[in-house]
Amino acid sequence: MSKSDTHISRYRELALVLLALLFLTLLSVLITELHFGALSVFVALTVASVKVFIVLLYFMHLKFESLLLRLLVGMVFVLYGLIIIVTFIDYFFR
Amino acid sequence: MSTVHSHSEPQDHAADKLGMWLFLFTELFLFGGLFLVYAVFRSQHSVSFHNAADELNAFTGTLNTVVLLVSSMTVAMSITAVRYGERRKAMLLIGVTLILALVFMINKYFEWSHKFHYDLYPGSEVMMNMEHGEILFFGLYYMMTGLHALHVLVGMVLLTITLVKVQRKRITVERYHLLENSALYWHLVDLIWIFLFPLLYLVT
Repeated sequence: MSKSDTHISRYRELALVLLALLFLTLLSVLITELHFGALSVFVALTVASVKVFIVLLYFMHLKFESLLLRLLVGMVFVLYGLIIIVTFIDYFFR
Repeated sequence: MSTVHSHSEPQDHAADKLGMWLFLFTELFLFGGLFLVYAVFRSQHSVSFHNAADELNAFTGTLNTVVLLVSSMTVAMSITAVRYGERRKAMLLIGVTLILALVFMINKYFEWSHKFHYDLYPGSEVMMNMEHGEILFFGLYYMMTGLHALHVLVGMVLLTITLVKVQRKRITVERYHLLENSALYWHLVDLIWIFLFPLLYLVT
């Protein structure tokens, strides 16, 4: 039996995850208000990535899933990252 | 239904979930393609993208972000409730999720109709006279938020079916896969919005 069948997320735990996500949202709004230019794109995307990571781990329960599923999801994001890199290499060097 | 499948099969559960995730991967790449188009056009027309994004209402975007995040929590909690056998609480939590989804859609309706009011929609005269980069931005804005809103609607249908099944005791402590997969779909909707929000509303 895998961990996911035995693990049940607690209400309090989920509420804390929401608080963290709301805090990060506030943070990204405040930071972009400051207008750092190109840097604010980077900061906003970094904060968004952290938020997505938290949602994947706790709300989507990946922290407690099988290694297979976790690896699959990780590989999809790595693949997408590679696609972005390859596309930009193409655009900048053509 | 059939007597063959009436006994519990633990393998079934893992396969159900894996299948849902495989589907979610295709969804990620559907939006991923649009994000890629956005990234390339933004790098080529950064000034126009900056100006166009300034016209979006950051408050509406922030409000919808909060609404989706809270709804993601309530749907995650509904799984906890079902697994503890707290049927009423589960129904309440799914109900709250549905209401929040509706709030999101109403918000979106006002946001879009406000733009339509100023003739700001694909193909309109106002938009055709804009700079090339701004046309691209608003085209992507309508495409991405529109496709996302479509997913919100699909999620609402899924959650409504789930709610009825919880009420009819078809989703129980032992059989909660449909709820789990609907919740996964709903989290995906949230996930995509988490990236859409800074890219369209914040980074100006």
